[in-house]
Amino acid sequence: MALVLNEEQQSLKDIAKEFLQKNAPVTHFREIRDTESELGYDPDLWKQMVDLGWSGILVPEEYGGFDFGMVGMGSILEEMGKMLTPSPLFSTGVLGASLISLGGNDKQKQTYLPQIVDGSITTALALEEGNRHSPLSINTEAKKEGKNYTLTGSKTFVIDGHSSNLLIVAARTSGSENDSSGITLFLVDPSIDGVEVSKTSMVDSRNSANITLNEVIVSLDDVLSEENNGAALLEEVLDRAQIAISAEMLGNASQAFDITLEYLKERKQFGAVIGSFQALQHRAAEMYSELELTKSSVIAACVAADEQSNDLRRMASLAKFKAGETNHLVTNEAVQMHGGVGVTDEYDVGLYLKRARVTEQIFGNSEYHLDRYASLSEY
Amino acid sequence: MTDLQTFREETRDWLEANCPPEMRKPGDVAWGGRNAQFSHPDQKLWLERMGEKGWTCPTWPSEYGGGGLSKEENKILQEEMGAIGARSPLGSFGIWMLGPALLEFATEEQKKEHLPPIVRGEVWWCQGYSEPGSGSDLASLSTKAVEEGDEYIINGQKIWTSYADKADKIFCLVRTGPQEPKHDGISFLLIDMDQPGVTTRPITLISGKSPFCETFFDDAKAPVKDLVGGLNKGWTVAKRLLEHERTMISAMGLSGGGDGSKKTKSGLAEIGKKYAGVDSENQISDKALRRKVALHDLNSRAFGLTMQRVGEETKVGQPSPAAAMAKLYGTEHNKLRYELMLEAMGTQGIGWDGEGFSMEELAITRDWLRTKANSIEGGTSEVQLNVISKRVLGLPDK
Repeated sequence: MALVLNEEQQSLKDIAKEFLQKNAPVTHFREIRDTESELGYDPDLWKQMVDLGWSGILVPEEYGGFDFGMVGMGSILEEMGKMLTPSPLFSTGVLGASLISLGGNDKQKQTYLPQIVDGSITTALALEEGNRHSPLSINTEAKKEGKNYTLTGSKTFVIDGHSSNLLIVAARTSGSENDSSGITLFLVDPSIDGVEVSKTSMVDSRNSANITLNEVIVSLDDVLSEENNGAALLEEVLDRAQIAISAEMLGNASQAFDITLEYLKERKQFGAVIGSFQALQHRAAEMYSELELTKSSVIAACVAADEQSNDLRRMASLAKFKAGETNHLVTNEAVQMHGGVGVTDEYDVGLYLKRARVTEQIFGNSEYHLDRYASLSEY
Repeated sequence: MTDLQTFREETRDWLEANCPPEMRKPGDVAWGGRNAQFSHPDQKLWLERMGEKGWTCPTWPSEYGGGGLSKEENKILQEEMGAIGARSPLGSFGIWMLGPALLEFATEEQKKEHLPPIVRGEVWWCQGYSEPGSGSDLASLSTKAVEEGDEYIINGQKIWTSYADKADKIFCLVRTGPQEPKHDGISFLLIDMDQPGVTTRPITLISGKSPFCETFFDDAKAPVKDLVGGLNKGWTVAKRLLEHERTMISAMGLSGGGDGSKKTKSGLAEIGKKYAGVDSENQISDKALRRKVALHDLNSRAFGLTMQRVGEETKVGQPSPAAAMAKLYGTEHNKLRYELMLEAMGTQGIGWDGEGFSMEELAITRDWLRTKANSIEGGTSEVQLNVISKRVLGLPDK
């Protein structure tokens, strides 16, 4: 397992960094936010990302993708985290691409994967039903009637739910809440009868939606993976998704730290730059150490995904845990060390704080992963 | 067959023929010295054989008695030794600290005189850095050396000299330029401990053990030729040597604890289960303790991966600033590990001696007390934070 990028991976990261700094700096995010863009991202920018091949990084070559792996995807998401770039890359390029390529049948793969690669569709995973990540707590009901299923229930915190052309819905075909068997995943066209999507406004001004399914009729062909066995696919995909979002969180934390470090070197009080005060220096050095630990955890988890390590589940929890803890610490300290200006909308640090708290909630917060790690380690 | 494959086969054959059976079992490592003591005759034999080949210091140049091995060859040697469970033939501050500094800073003559006895384990070196008035502010040290003819006359006191009561010689920081700015008046001097002007007194630690001493110099003498790195240039040597020391100490943070790749249960979790009990799902019953164990395991793993990354970055020639956090994090993490073991063990973790406690329990308790020094010796955690702030993050002095 190599924890340094190879030449190809480094070059992908450098290109992403340059592209995002030029085309999507933080002012770009502010513009999307302040114009209250309904879509929540800039379709032209997304088109350019698609042209760079980003939506196809996790898609196998036989379906038009690039099969470049999680190390590559993680590098791009890290750079996007630094610039707070809004885009459907996570929901489509990670969640949609992984769900369909790992769980889809030939026909589904041939239908959807090329469309993900060329940007003609974006996808969203409708999973959560409560205010905490709990992948088995599924009450949305899927009733089988002949060749159809009827879906009824409600979903929350669906990332890019309102802007996607294809929903992947976790519903219960048998068993009761918290049973791991009995969950089935369905491909659902959000424009059909009974699907109600409402965008929710979150602190990070990014895309999230509540979705209500009211007797939505889908066919047998729309089952993704096996009936009643959706939890296995979900777990496999959630591991990758947790690692991917951890990469974004690493970018978020490193940028908040770098901005703060610059500020410590500029801001003068008591006749000296505040970065010369030991009280602040030591806290900065501790944050630095945590960032290094997080960086190693995230890249090791990306590598574990690419190598299909049999310890992938624990590695995913390690990455999400460290990214959550570090991002939490760093964004709080970033605001505090900026003093008064840290709590103004004009300064960027507050934006990183808000995004940090939203990403913490995505697919399990640090406590969730701490508990999961202990259980997987059999204690 | 490649050269390395040949080397592996030859090494394997040599070890098979020369490593005594007793030395293929776990046990203590010899420290050598003029009054060397061996726990078993095979330990002496093993040291002699390995010293002869230079394999006590495998990568040192052969002209100074070392093995002259490349990094790749050394890796093979370590692997082959590991394969038969061979014990390290010799441990010493000469190998880990003084030797690397001499290789970098000493004259040809000094290297020829001092390196071969380290390789053969004939001289036990100790380190004379800290003084009662100069701990974290090491450069303020005041033990002075005055040149008289071809000798230095040394007066002053050192503290925290590990094993000074057993050592043959001391590598010592002394003030040779009292008028110079503090960093520019220090020299690095090699002094023989076996002389009337040098006395030592062991210091009993909170763990009940005495690995450290105070060392007193009253008109002690050292030849002028034993000054290393140039007059008043000792601080440069000292700093480099501290880096070697920190690497040695931070490695402690990696011992034990989730190793990273395998699905090993950490020793901590085992201790937690043993003393706090398990519930119906075979989880540690005390959920607060379970949470802390998991937190510790996750951080162990993140730290292990970081050290791996530092190694890889260094290998491909990238600067690896993360190395600066190794000593800080490794030692703090190790302290926390022992705190958790004690917390798990309850009253079985706070015994001092005698009946009612197992040997293992008593050892953990003593080791817990010993770990408290990890974040003090070799530069305190606060000094490490200063180093990171200034050298890595570029934060200014006032």
